[in-house]
Amino acid sequence: MSKHVLLIEDEPNIIEAISFILTREGLRVETHTDGTTANARLRERQPDLLILDVMLPGKSGYDILRELREEAATANLPVLMLTARGQTRDREMAERAGVSAFMSKPFSNAEMLEMVRSLVTSRA
Amino acid sequence: MSMLNTLIAVCAAYALFLFAIAFAAERVALRGRTGWLRSPVVYTLSLSIYCTAWTFYGAVGSAVRSGFEYLTIYLGPSLVLVGWWWILRKLVRIGRAQRITSVADLISSRYGKSNLLGVGVTILAVVGTTPYIALQLQSVTLSFEVFAAGDMAAGEEKGHTALWVAAGLALFTVIFGTRNLDANERHNGVVMAIAVEAVVKLAALLAVGVFVVWGVSGGVEQTLARIDASALGRWRIDGGRWAGLMLLSAAAFLCLPRIFQVLVVENDDETHLRTASWAFPLYLGLMSLFVVPIAVAGLDLLPPGSNPDLFVLTVPLSQGRDGLAMLSFLGGFSSATSMVIVAAIALSTMVSNHVVMPLWLRFAEPGATVSGDVRNVVLTSRRLSIIGVVMLGYLYYRLSGGGAALATIGLVSFTGVAQVLPAMLGGIFWRGATRVGALTGLTLGFGCWGYTLFLPSFGPGVFLPEAWMVHGPFGLSWLRPQALFGIGGMDPLLHALFWSMALNTAGFVAASLASFPTPLERLQGAQFVHVFDHSPSPRSWTGGAAQAEDLMIMAQRILGAPDARALFEREARRQGLHGGLPDPTPGFLETLERELAGSVGAATAHAMVGQIVGGMSVSVEDLMAVADETAQMMEYSARLRAQSQELARTAAQLREANAKLTRLSVQKDAFLSQISHELRTPMTSIRAFSEILRDTEGLAPEDQHKYASIIHDEAIRLTRLLDDLLDLSVLENGQVSLNLREGLLSDVLDRAVAAAAADETGARLRIERDPAAEQVWLNTDLDRLSQVFINLVANARKYCDAVRPVLEIRVSAGEEVVIDFIDNGQGIGREARDMIFEKFARVSDQKAGGAGLGLAICRQIMVRLGGNISYLSGQPGAAFRVVLPANIALAAQ
Repeated sequence: MSKHVLLIEDEPNIIEAISFILTREGLRVETHTDGTTANARLRERQPDLLILDVMLPGKSGYDILRELREEAATANLPVLMLTARGQTRDREMAERAGVSAFMSKPFSNAEMLEMVRSLVTSRA
Repeated sequence: MSMLNTLIAVCAAYALFLFAIAFAAERVALRGRTGWLRSPVVYTLSLSIYCTAWTFYGAVGSAVRSGFEYLTIYLGPSLVLVGWWWILRKLVRIGRAQRITSVADLISSRYGKSNLLGVGVTILAVVGTTPYIALQLQSVTLSFEVFAAGDMAAGEEKGHTALWVAAGLALFTVIFGTRNLDANERHNGVVMAIAVEAVVKLAALLAVGVFVVWGVSGGVEQTLARIDASALGRWRIDGGRWAGLMLLSAAAFLCLPRIFQVLVVENDDETHLRTASWAFPLYLGLMSLFVVPIAVAGLDLLPPGSNPDLFVLTVPLSQGRDGLAMLSFLGGFSSATSMVIVAAIALSTMVSNHVVMPLWLRFAEPGATVSGDVRNVVLTSRRLSIIGVVMLGYLYYRLSGGGAALATIGLVSFTGVAQVLPAMLGGIFWRGATRVGALTGLTLGFGCWGYTLFLPSFGPGVFLPEAWMVHGPFGLSWLRPQALFGIGGMDPLLHALFWSMALNTAGFVAASLASFPTPLERLQGAQFVHVFDHSPSPRSWTGGAAQAEDLMIMAQRILGAPDARALFEREARRQGLHGGLPDPTPGFLETLERELAGSVGAATAHAMVGQIVGGMSVSVEDLMAVADETAQMMEYSARLRAQSQELARTAAQLREANAKLTRLSVQKDAFLSQISHELRTPMTSIRAFSEILRDTEGLAPEDQHKYASIIHDEAIRLTRLLDDLLDLSVLENGQVSLNLREGLLSDVLDRAVAAAAADETGARLRIERDPAAEQVWLNTDLDRLSQVFINLVANARKYCDAVRPVLEIRVSAGEEVVIDFIDNGQGIGREARDMIFEKFARVSDQKAGGAGLGLAICRQIMVRLGGNISYLSGQPGAAFRVVLPANIALAAQ
């Protein structure tokens, strides 16, 4: 059974790029453009990996992550965070919020794929 | 011949003796052993200068002429000392507390340091005393003549006697009266010589009396019988005149400059007054004891027509008692000289302080006052004043020719000097007394005395025309000098005394009530009237321990307890004492004063230490100096306060600047973070798709095209973002140069709408315009204005969420040109409206390609163009209002 990745990202072009890269590697990618629709989906069925943008309309990526960590079911869900504000402070905030891995944009496709693979397999 | 020579020799020897005594006393005082010099006995004896040649010789003459009336002159002062000692005590206390140097100084100081009053009292004193000095010279000359009576060769010397005596007295006074300047320094030599002279004159009078009673009359009983037999026994006492004379002599005792000198200025210790209050009346009693027996004996033994004023001399002489006569002469000589000496000192102090020095200070070169020559000037002025006063007396003696009887001159003088009394008593007991009152009273009293007593005393026709005496000036009979207001038939002396004192007192009280005292007068008045509240008892001079404790308490208050204790213990150790309290030696006091001065200022420290130790109260100068220091301290603290306020202001400014910097720093961080995000986002797509294109083999051609298009679009987005950023930066820094042109508003709008349409990506937007209203000529940077319009139209196109989006552009041209852009969408939430003009403020959830810089740029452009852009609330959809200032709009066509 192929691994399930949930992507929350508001930039259509970036969604397209990530979906293309991961789908090509045999992963199932489901996308949402904000946290509210994603939340319901997460409770319904947990993915193997959550890829989360920071700058989202409405609730920020940090807030979504903090809420997930507070719930027992999603406390250990692997989360890869992507941000365009690649400053040290953002990385620290992500770590405090309980992120599994952190990558700044723009990223190398190969590295991103490598990171996703390792996160998905650690889960298994 | 030999008799006269002997007399001259004895006189010279006696004078030398007095010089020697004065020198010795000064030497002793210099060595600091003033114990017996300052005994109450010496003080009491020095008061005996009240008994001048007038009382020594004149009392017997008075007894012959007026019976027991001479007693009034003794009873007056006795009354003062016994009954009014509290007045004397107050005078002495004030004198010490205020460092009073004379009667004139007392009056002047009390009434606000008025020099006019000082001069007035000085003149009064000089005028009142000069006849008296003349009287002394006359008595010495007369007594000399008695001895020279049978000696024709001495005739030529007769006229010179008074001059010789005057010169000798002036010399003595200059030598011993001006040794030092400070009025608080006593004239120890002078006082001692006077005390000795007091003993001599009492001894002389007692000796003559004893000789008359037991040597001539043969005992007390026979003497009393003789008195009964003589005319003296039948004299009736005139009650009014007795009361008047007693009052007069009492007043004179308080006011006479020479008495004030010994009573107040030379006083060392207030407690001496206690001794004097019984000892001096006793002295006066002894002086008056044998007056009547001598008078009776003189009337019996001497031929009729003999001068009764000289009985004291002539009775022993007539009995062949030359030695006794010589002693008697020395007694009279002592009385005369002591009076002249002290009077000269007192008057010279007044003349020098109130007349010469003020004049000198006014005319001296500025700067002279700070150098040492003031001391020399004062000494010279004192010495010249002494010589002047004595010589004035001599001149008066020469001019008056010694005509009037001794007692009369004395009473005239007394009445004149007594005019000071209302101002003096009022000054020390009545706070309401004012300078104007004192001046009025003194002027009225002095004038009245001069007119009714002094001038007439020279006899009719000398100063006042005879017609005035009889009919009054200009025939105004109610102004007759000896019958003012038509009240005639009175004794001239009583008449003058009554009217002068009545007018004086009435004028003093009335003018005081009618005038207001100056602050200085008020202050001085309080100091004088409440002198006992302000100054501690001078008895504390001796209470060393109590004083040291007081000093300790004061020092603790000022220096703080530990410092004060340390200072006192250090000083006590230095003095070799155990326990923390040193003796208040001058050295210690000086140290203490210096320490205190460091905290409270020199004047305050001096005043405080002086108050505890010196028994002196704070003088006005001290108070002023204190006030000065206080003012300086207040100024200093005000300066400190101003400085600390300045510091606080600076600190606040710094805090504000810091907060602003922090705010700017936060803003800058946020801005950088935003830019980073805005740049990285398109770059992420570009990198990801370029890697896909590079690394993916066998990619479908349509995908290839699609991904290449994304890369292309994102590259354009990046470029636009950079353009906007640069544009905004230029606008914000004010580096933009405007390209002003004239053009029609409608043309600008046409271009903007066309440009926005070219950028078309979203739904079709209908734009409603009013071409008629748009015919406004503008003179501005039309390209920049167009940029604003493009932004607004593009925003409406991007964000208007209506099913059929419509943008209405309204133009109204009045003073200003107002262009409104209103669409039919949902508009912008109230809370978001405030921030839409900020950089990177994106309201919409939708991704619309903008970086959130558009409206920020619009705002900057409008600011540069002198207008503004704002969100227009109260409209159905999003509404923006652009306002162009009036000067941009040309005449509407």
